[in-house]
Amino acid sequence: MKAAVVVFPGTNCEHDAVYALASVGVEAELVWHRQTDLSAFAGVVLPGGFAHGDYLRTGAIARFSPVMTEVERMAAAGAPVLGICNGFQILCEAGLLPGVLLQNAGLRFICRPVHVRVTSTDSILTRAARIGQVLQIPLNSYEGNYTAAPGTFAEMQSSDRIVLRYCDATGAVTGEANPNGSLGDTAGISNQSGNVAGLMPHPERAVESVLGSSDGRVLLESFAMSMSAADA
Amino acid sequence: MPEAVALHRTLGMTDDEYASVCRILDRAPRAAELAMYSVMWSEHCSYKSSRPHLGRFPSEAPWVVVGPGENAGVIDLGDGWLAAFRIESHNHPSFVEPYQGAATGVGGILRDVFTMGARPIAVWDQIRFGSLDDPHNRYLFAGVVAGIAGYGNAVGVPTVGGEVAFEDCYAGNPLVNVMALGILRREQLVLAEAGGEGTEAILLGSATGRDGIGGASVLASASFDDASSAKRPSVQVGDPFEEKKLIEACLELYQRDLVVGIQDLGAAGLSCATSEPAAKSGMGMEVDLGRVHVREPDMTAAELLMSESQERMMAFVAPDDVDEVLAVAARWEIDASRIGTVSPGGTLRVFENGALVAEVPAASLSEDAPVYHRPLRRPDGLDDLWAERWNNAPPDVAADLLRLLDEPSLADPAWVYEQYDHMLFLNTVIGPGHDGALLRIKGTSKALAGTTDGNGRRCYLDPRRGAARLVYEAALNVAVTGALPMAVVDNLNFGNPEKPEVMWQFAETVEGISEACENLGLPVVGGNVSFYNETDGIDIYPTPIVGLIGLADPYPEHPPRLDRAESGMDLWLLGPETTKDLAGSAYQKIITGAIAGRPAEPDADLAVRVTGLAAGLAAAGLTPVLHDLSEGGLAMAVAKMCILSGVGATVDRPGQPFAEDPHRLIAAVHPAGADRLVVMADEAGVPLHRIGTLGGRAIRFGSAEVSLDEAATVWRDALPRRLG
Repeated sequence: MKAAVVVFPGTNCEHDAVYALASVGVEAELVWHRQTDLSAFAGVVLPGGFAHGDYLRTGAIARFSPVMTEVERMAAAGAPVLGICNGFQILCEAGLLPGVLLQNAGLRFICRPVHVRVTSTDSILTRAARIGQVLQIPLNSYEGNYTAAPGTFAEMQSSDRIVLRYCDATGAVTGEANPNGSLGDTAGISNQSGNVAGLMPHPERAVESVLGSSDGRVLLESFAMSMSAADA
Repeated sequence: MPEAVALHRTLGMTDDEYASVCRILDRAPRAAELAMYSVMWSEHCSYKSSRPHLGRFPSEAPWVVVGPGENAGVIDLGDGWLAAFRIESHNHPSFVEPYQGAATGVGGILRDVFTMGARPIAVWDQIRFGSLDDPHNRYLFAGVVAGIAGYGNAVGVPTVGGEVAFEDCYAGNPLVNVMALGILRREQLVLAEAGGEGTEAILLGSATGRDGIGGASVLASASFDDASSAKRPSVQVGDPFEEKKLIEACLELYQRDLVVGIQDLGAAGLSCATSEPAAKSGMGMEVDLGRVHVREPDMTAAELLMSESQERMMAFVAPDDVDEVLAVAARWEIDASRIGTVSPGGTLRVFENGALVAEVPAASLSEDAPVYHRPLRRPDGLDDLWAERWNNAPPDVAADLLRLLDEPSLADPAWVYEQYDHMLFLNTVIGPGHDGALLRIKGTSKALAGTTDGNGRRCYLDPRRGAARLVYEAALNVAVTGALPMAVVDNLNFGNPEKPEVMWQFAETVEGISEACENLGLPVVGGNVSFYNETDGIDIYPTPIVGLIGLADPYPEHPPRLDRAESGMDLWLLGPETTKDLAGSAYQKIITGAIAGRPAEPDADLAVRVTGLAAGLAAAGLTPVLHDLSEGGLAMAVAKMCILSGVGATVDRPGQPFAEDPHRLIAAVHPAGADRLVVMADEAGVPLHRIGTLGGRAIRFGSAEVSLDEAATVWRDALPRRLG
């Protein structure tokens, strides 16, 4: 079965997501935000961009788009649901992932490759990776500064829900390597059951060495594995 | 009729121009008519001072599909692929309101490109300000960068290159030029035509408001003084979200062949988007202003016709397709209004609530615009400037290099381009921070290379030589990515055209660009002229910006990049070893404080040979680093390569390492590649010298030495330490 790549008005990474998913063997189809039936799909990707212009607050309007009811249903049913950048923000706003994304600590947009360290493999985003693996993946966001209530975050940590953390090129999570001030150097998280995941860096921008890195493939391959598992 | 006289002057028209309107209409114009003529005949829209010169540009080549005069130039890339590109300025709006001025500059140039049927895939930004020591210039610079980022990132078009420069002459008049590039399949090409009788004009996108009224006439076509901040209401406000939806909707219209023609609403708004397509098709049009979707009530007809509200397009649609077009607009959640119908006879009639408010020959708005053959005069002091003596003592290479690395115009531009999405669409093989950008076209073996280049100081000292050398530099920037230069667009930023010295600079610049383009076989397929870049009577340096697009097919998998140098490689200099040209150089300005002398004349034959060799070397994969020498000469080129690659260098015979003689490149090459390099350079007839080796942790020029770490720190911190 196919993956749905949801297009909100203002989404702009949808074609890149379809292209990158194809490169790891996942057939994906663009789905407009007004669609209310995703039963033909085994998984969902909410790609990056500026859904509804990011007006009011990132993801704040998108969470009310008609398609989100179906995304919530699939998430509850255990299907793989992945949010990249703006998609991550939308999943947080929709309550499918805990926490929230604030403005970068430096109050500037950041577009550059960053290093992230895999800190949990118990998610649809990281199951094909290994703990401690260091990946170079582009970041591209203004509101990438993840935070959560202290109690929530402690619980996420103890249950291994922080799946990617910003690090330096050697894999050291130093704080200094954190580009946007996120709590606990968090770059990506999952929900309790691991089937809903979100990250700020763009794995779809790192699938070919001609563009600088193919380190994002292992994350998309994780999603591909999860798709087949959901299919079976 | 004293009131009317006052009105046309308020709108920026001369008494003679007003008299021409009366002659055309054979009566005094109504208020709405006068509004239309004032914007359409503004310098910004009509090119009335520059038109006599612009015909000089070579504009033909077998691969030109659409030349100057349309919204964007279009060239043929083979296999059914076309590229559309254009450059525009938003100088005055960005001075008055930096964030929105820059943002709407991006939005406007993107519309020029997708009006042609192309999907915009990249943007280059050329921005120039006064010294960063002045807090107001820091405010303008940070605001412009944020505006470009805020709009470009959200609209979803990567910003892949450009230049940043700081010079006192831009303090009262910053330059913000933007080049946009799009690609399309040949069958999707659309022109700004209105079609035949009965074709409907459908206004798509944002509601029309009072923003930007007189942007072209009051703001873009007049000089600045202390009262200029009062012009803030003439700056438009951008909405990238609306533009994103508009792009997707228009691309769907083209794909489904639902439009006869289309025109974006930029400068002169509805006045232009009705009259120009109608005139081009030899038709007239009936327009009902009551049907325009508006942002606020009680706008007058003149305001509706002059408004420069952003994110609007005028689609010309056959009657049978109107329902489909409205459905596409509804699906993409944009507003659409059926505001007019194409009529025979060439007259544009505009109605408001049933009353006729304008009735003019459509073609008169564009084709009957005045043309001014303004007087030219070579500046009196030029010979003295060329002969001026300045402190040309031998450099203290290590200390001087560190000062150049700390100069904001030469510093690491990462502070700027890391605020721009430069990776979207997965095309960016080479992004910002290198010579030219290289963007692949997925599913093909093709890649487009692009660059924009400017150098105000050199053009000030000798506009003709300076402008010609910009073309040669741009060609090299594209060639080092492995691409062959294809076509040029230019943005000509000048002072007040009513001054004969400024017009002389302009004419010389046009000549210089033309000569160089003819020599390289490059057509000029479009451009923009920005006059009145003066504040309180002080003109900016003549600052032409040259945008150049090239094609690599097949594109190299590993094109040369500044960060690919490795220890053990040899350093070669391609081109003349002579090192004497310091007139207008970065070294002259920063180290000696002078701006004087006459820049070296370009060598037309050598330029062709060097450009061909560079493209050949890059395509052959022989040179991991291949970089043209520009500001700061050999010393800056080597230092940048060393910093980005993290390796030191030893240059044995540096000569005057800061000289900026044209047609020169450095290459870092594995020793095993030396024989082939020598053969290729020899066949091309380009001088070649092995000037050093790579390795260690220092950058050495003869006996001078700078530590790599110190150089890197100074260069990388130069912008952040000034801007926080």
